[in-house]
Amino acid sequence: MANRVAIVGVGRSTQAARRPEVNDAEMINEAVRAALEDAQIDIKKVQAVLTNSIDGFDNFYLGDCLLVDGSGAYMKSGMKLHTGGTVGSTGAIAAFNMVASGMFDIVLTIGHQKQERGNSMGTLCAAAPGEVREYVQGAIGAFAQAAVEYMQNTDAKLEHAAMVRLKADKNACRNPYAHLRLGLKSIEDVAKSPILIWPLRLLDFCPQSCGAAALIVASEKVAKKISKKPVWVADHETVHELQSEVVFGGAEEKSQQIAARHIYKRNGITNPAKDIDCFEVYEPSSWEEMYLYEHFFITEHNTGWKLIEKGMTELEGPIPVNPSGGVLATNAIGATAMLRIGEAALQIRGDAGEHQCTKDIKTTLSSGLGGTNWTTLVLLKRSL
Amino acid sequence: MPERIGIVAVAQTKYHPNRAEVKEGEMAYEAIKQVLQETGLKYVNDGSGIDAAVTCSQDFWDGRTISSLNVASFVGTHFRCEEKVASDGINAVFYAMMHILSGEHDTLIVTTHCKESQTSPSIIENHSFEPVLMRGLGLDFLGAAALQANRYMNKYKITPEQCAKVVVKNRGNAKNNPYAQAPMSLTVKDVLNSRMLADPIHELDAKPVSDGACVMIMAREEKAKKLCKNPVWITGVSNCYEAHYLGDRDLADCKALTKAAKQAYKMAGINNPLQEIDVAEISEKYSYEELLWLEGLGLCERGGGGKMIDSGATKMDGKLPVNPSGGCLSGNPTEVAGMTRVVEAVLQLRGEAGSRQVPDAKVALAHGTTGICGQLQTVMILSNS
Repeated sequence: MANRVAIVGVGRSTQAARRPEVNDAEMINEAVRAALEDAQIDIKKVQAVLTNSIDGFDNFYLGDCLLVDGSGAYMKSGMKLHTGGTVGSTGAIAAFNMVASGMFDIVLTIGHQKQERGNSMGTLCAAAPGEVREYVQGAIGAFAQAAVEYMQNTDAKLEHAAMVRLKADKNACRNPYAHLRLGLKSIEDVAKSPILIWPLRLLDFCPQSCGAAALIVASEKVAKKISKKPVWVADHETVHELQSEVVFGGAEEKSQQIAARHIYKRNGITNPAKDIDCFEVYEPSSWEEMYLYEHFFITEHNTGWKLIEKGMTELEGPIPVNPSGGVLATNAIGATAMLRIGEAALQIRGDAGEHQCTKDIKTTLSSGLGGTNWTTLVLLKRSL
Repeated sequence: MPERIGIVAVAQTKYHPNRAEVKEGEMAYEAIKQVLQETGLKYVNDGSGIDAAVTCSQDFWDGRTISSLNVASFVGTHFRCEEKVASDGINAVFYAMMHILSGEHDTLIVTTHCKESQTSPSIIENHSFEPVLMRGLGLDFLGAAALQANRYMNKYKITPEQCAKVVVKNRGNAKNNPYAQAPMSLTVKDVLNSRMLADPIHELDAKPVSDGACVMIMAREEKAKKLCKNPVWITGVSNCYEAHYLGDRDLADCKALTKAAKQAYKMAGINNPLQEIDVAEISEKYSYEELLWLEGLGLCERGGGGKMIDSGATKMDGKLPVNPSGGCLSGNPTEVAGMTRVVEAVLQLRGEAGSRQVPDAKVALAHGTTGICGQLQTVMILSNS
């Protein structure tokens, strides 16, 4: 990056299945105020605001214009970024770029979604071109297919997916901003949940949530002045992928591996399991998390399930993955990928509270997933 | 700005009332292939071609979640980087500039498309209003514009005739623009006699339903100079949001535009915009908007928009030709319109604007806006030296 960029504020709203007590502007305002308070700055200091989400879930055209009262964008610069499920991370990356460009010193970026109003699966199916839309099964089918493939190619059993879900819930119960905090006791508790599309159970798949996330992004000069614990953006990568029928599994390398190879090479990361202290990944299903262990080269091909079996990725483990509870616990789509970045930043600062990892976190990798298997990666560091 | 960002190639489709025979991507590719051919650039990762894409479109208009999928294969994003700006196209140019300045990539393709003909614009525009208190009123951009036009015209005694003169000028200018959708030889009387859509806006006071796309290739200074003999530089840019609720605003005012313009002028080192700018391309989706935006841009005094059109200053042979292309009134799709203004400004500064060329244009202003009654306003200053 042309100029150094830091995250100096992280904000999260209450995340829940329904938020009838607040409208969208009020909901994002919870995250905005929290981020400003975290950064200890007034909204007057913010020069630009990015307000990012997926239109179809909100049922808003020009949501950035509609929500200025909640976002604080009134009489400020800004725009809306809108990719796919990656939108929260694209919004964050855009803020990094805007500050790195030298055009702005402080940018507020927001990811938000209220999914209580519409039919999420309908909106997801509408990503397919009109003429084939009626054949599209939405995200659950695609991830069920990937799960079956994972079972065929490895010795992973249904129990391994349940272990991932159990870990997510254990972590979510320690995160006051997580949506589902179920208090699951055993893999039997997961096994009891109803099947969506075999082998995915209801608990194996991410929920529909309402919530917002916000980040305050600052230039080096400002970050050093206002923040005791700036978290530095070391690097980021966006890799899209074009598929006519969305496949999340498969033997060939996809956007995840390509993005990981790029970012590891540029940053001298040769052994991600050692060089990166904590991962916050976008795992729409419990099976996808095991895939991602492999796709991001944390472990070898077809061995992701062994990591969860051995408890390696627990919050107390050597390679913590999703100490926040991840997407399986909380999924307000526009906020989801931004939460991965915000939560990673809090881990680096040591400010994650009850879900702070046991080991000292200096370097993190956050991922986003969306579109037709698109990947975003953000590498954060305590010092550059 | 630490470094200048150059626009090295531009292209646009002919704007048309209904392109039902092509899909959105095919339509955009009509423009995309032109810039690929002109520059000879390919979608490669070795730094010798186009590194990434910034697209601009809206899910609502495309009727598709993640509307950039409609153009993805044409902008080379398989296993590569693409970011979609969901705003007016001029903001995609603004963001692409910052993307390059950030050091992430050197050369970007920037594209925007929209087919307004495939849906009811009124229904989509209604979805931009706050859902509980405002959407149920049945407002769309036209209805809101009529409220603004009334307030503006009443406050500053702007006449329907003065608004109609904007239409006569712009539709007339469009006769020189082969890409314009609806060039027409009109009189003020023709405009005022056209069907009333929403008082005081007549059919000819409003932009027609339009389909089309435009595209550009942008690069950092060093690369831009290698890629093209006459790159056009972005020397100043800014944007600003107004309030959303119409009741929170004086609709005769345009504070956001004034602020954006001041910041863009400051960045470009412009002290006297009327003297220093040679040509302006302004997003006027309704005729009164050109007058009001001229005021917001500081090109005339508050309330002086009517006098300015009366004086002929904004005609092709005037002091500051405004919308030589024919403007949005001659047909540009929503959200494409702002980038079309940039494309037209680039053509002017490269001396490639054909019979709509403003002689010896060196500094151009491009303006884009989106949202209800110009809620988000963007101003860009471009220069060829």
